[in-house]
Amino acid sequence: MRLTCDAVVIGAGMVGAACALYASRAGLDVIVVDRGPVAGGTTGAGEGNLLVSDKEPGPELELALLSGRLWAGLAGELGDRIEYEPKGGLVVAAGPEGLAALERFAAGQRAAGVLAEDVAADRLRDLEPYLAPGLAGGVRYPQDAQVMPALAAAHLLRAGGARLSTGRTVTEVLRDAGGAVRGVRTDRGDIHAPAVVNAAGTWGGEVAARAGVRLPVLPRRGFVLVTEPLPRRVRHKVYAADYVADVASDSAALQTSPVVEGTAAGPVLIGASRERVGFDRSFSLPAVRALAAGATRLFPFLSGVRAMRGYVGFRPYLPDHLPAIGPDPRAPGLFHACGHEGAGIGLATGTGRLIAQVLSGRTPELDLTPFRPERFGEEAL
Amino acid sequence: MTDTSRRERSPRLAVIGAGPAGLAAALAAARHGLRVTLIDAAPEAGGQFYRQPAAGLGARRPQALHHRRRSWERLRAGLDRQITAGLVTHLRDHHVWCVTGAQRSGFTVHALLGPEQEQPVEVRADAVLLATGGYEKVLPFPGWTLPGVVTAGGAQAMLKGGLVLPGRTAVVAGTGPLLLPVATGLAAAGARVAALVESADPRAVVRRSPALAAQPHKLAEGARYAARLLRHGVRTLVHHAVVEAHGDQRLEAVTVAALDATGRVGPGTRRRIGCDTLAVGHGMLPHTDLAEALGCRLDGAAVHVDDEQRTDVPGVWAAGEATGIGGAELALAEGHIAGRSAAVRLSGREPDPRGWAGAARIRAGLRRFAAAMDDAYAPPAHWAEQVTDDTVVCRCEEVTGGTVRRAVTELGAGDVRTVKLLTRAGMGWCQGRMCGPAVAGLAGCPETAARRPFARPVPLGVLARAGTTEDEQ
Repeated sequence: MRLTCDAVVIGAGMVGAACALYASRAGLDVIVVDRGPVAGGTTGAGEGNLLVSDKEPGPELELALLSGRLWAGLAGELGDRIEYEPKGGLVVAAGPEGLAALERFAAGQRAAGVLAEDVAADRLRDLEPYLAPGLAGGVRYPQDAQVMPALAAAHLLRAGGARLSTGRTVTEVLRDAGGAVRGVRTDRGDIHAPAVVNAAGTWGGEVAARAGVRLPVLPRRGFVLVTEPLPRRVRHKVYAADYVADVASDSAALQTSPVVEGTAAGPVLIGASRERVGFDRSFSLPAVRALAAGATRLFPFLSGVRAMRGYVGFRPYLPDHLPAIGPDPRAPGLFHACGHEGAGIGLATGTGRLIAQVLSGRTPELDLTPFRPERFGEEAL
Repeated sequence: MTDTSRRERSPRLAVIGAGPAGLAAALAAARHGLRVTLIDAAPEAGGQFYRQPAAGLGARRPQALHHRRRSWERLRAGLDRQITAGLVTHLRDHHVWCVTGAQRSGFTVHALLGPEQEQPVEVRADAVLLATGGYEKVLPFPGWTLPGVVTAGGAQAMLKGGLVLPGRTAVVAGTGPLLLPVATGLAAAGARVAALVESADPRAVVRRSPALAAQPHKLAEGARYAARLLRHGVRTLVHHAVVEAHGDQRLEAVTVAALDATGRVGPGTRRRIGCDTLAVGHGMLPHTDLAEALGCRLDGAAVHVDDEQRTDVPGVWAAGEATGIGGAELALAEGHIAGRSAAVRLSGREPDPRGWAGAARIRAGLRRFAAAMDDAYAPPAHWAEQVTDDTVVCRCEEVTGGTVRRAVTELGAGDVRTVKLLTRAGMGWCQGRMCGPAVAGLAGCPETAARRPFARPVPLGVLARAGTTEDEQ
């Protein structure tokens, strides 16, 4: 039997799920394929951050604001099933210099439409009673929110009604004599479609190569620590101001800046380490030690709280720290939706909406030029 | 050079676990020139197999509970001698949460002092020998979370360690050779054992398997247990399973049923047996967390080792149940070989396996025997059908069978990790050690290594400083 559809989405992670949802709702017949299970890659290894607070004014922030609005709408529909929590973010600075920089950063964000409230040092503990004393101040971001990423991916896939085929590996993106995409070849047969969406996350470079185009997605490793379940003591997503600098950094060396948040289920999650070591899954005591040290500096009570487990994931990053979203002129019919680094959960909804718009021939509501997949060089592999 | 100064310069081996494998390894390594740090979570050496009653309980004949009393006394005396000679340091109440390092830089064993497990201890060593043992596998069924339902190993630990009789009328159920000593132990301690319910039929396997027949002393051991069961009037139901436990506040009865040739519950075979204690177990699983965090390769659920009991990580040996469930005798042989190999290799020489040929022969026979036992005592093929949708499968996070099934049928989970992500099954205190096999069975997918970086929960304040001495050196 010939398997056909309007669009094949490669990747059953958060971004693929959002692409499938919005494309289906735009009236397209979609098949999602993944070599693993739902949320088997970076989606299953993340914290589920929906953040505007860590983004400077520019195209990524615009995408984050669009995505935030879409998440709020989906939360109304999917309720508690995806554990959506509009808890807000709180960024704190240890000293006056850091605080001045943070407040300048926030002022720029406000001009771009972000809600950001300066919080004086003596008001920090009203927001977070267990925060360490002596911090210089902070900024509260009420638009920051969180979902449970694996649940979000699974429920968005289900809500969209797209056909899902897991455990199926794409071996080649099929192209006709004129170069146009006509489907995918998999280890379990071909799927014919005039459009293929590369939502393979950290493995998006490999999928691009199977279509004969270059997309330099590379892994940036991160560890997350999970504590024993606690009564709610950390209310916001709380992080130190130097996190923003780490996110934007190009260094390959280990960087850690504490990011601490409570969850609906009880455990406190502690991120975020960043290092470029390829796909090395092995346990790294220096990385988790730095996470624990940073978290206990922010919240001294955590010293006596036990870490139950830790997990490792690989953020898909592109050299300019912006995702690749939109049609690939080098392979007509191929669309990319990957390379979101550590922001893929948050940016998934906006990405899915924009992909659905271009798939159905409409003008996308954001300018896709900064996200052009061919911006890293035109040469074929 | 004096003996003492030579000793001070000799390499140090950290042996983790003081059960049969760890004790045999520590003694062999010390006898062949290593300094050994034997690290164990219990207050006394012996592990689960040689668990001793706590001092002060006034047990009159604790040895009555132990088989192989002589081998234990020999090990105990050897340990005492080596401790007195300063060749073995025995660290008790040390709960190891992680081992880090590599052969070139040396290893650090990270532990927490019990029972509070808050104060950290770090032990440096040139090599590590993992003798971390195994833990019980228990498959769920309706009612299994009622008070009065205990694991078979838990009942045995209570008998051996505290001499506490867990209940008055007991049923022992599940599968595996552990059920026999648990049933006879309970009966000897004064409980009425209403039934021993074994889902396999060991007699059929004994007839078939040459590996079993090749271990006549093991068969004799089985016969001795059978005689004891008879003496205590314990009814044995083979090819039967407990399919439900009943009770309001606590256990009052169980329903047992016969299994047909395919392992399904036979129609019309259900019957109720009154009891206030159910000891249930479905075999053992290897403890592999420390090995996994070190990057050691696994073979299925067990740590992979070569003929010398070396893992694929240089400087790391493993022995006993961690390398595959096989019982105390096999653990002793493997521990001995591992200790000998480590001693020779750490002094820079190539070992001659002829030196431990006797232990290797015993190991080979017992491994064949263990494989045959493993085939014989597999849980019934269709056990998961008995798990109702409202049966709690993951007790830590209170996840039911229905939630696990829906994760597969409705949300696209195809493996244990995704089920965990979508249901929280396995995210709680036990980190899936208890429910891992059950979740895999219900989801219809293979069990996979869980990748737990911490072998036990560790305070963040300890973690924040862990290994800083290692970096300074």
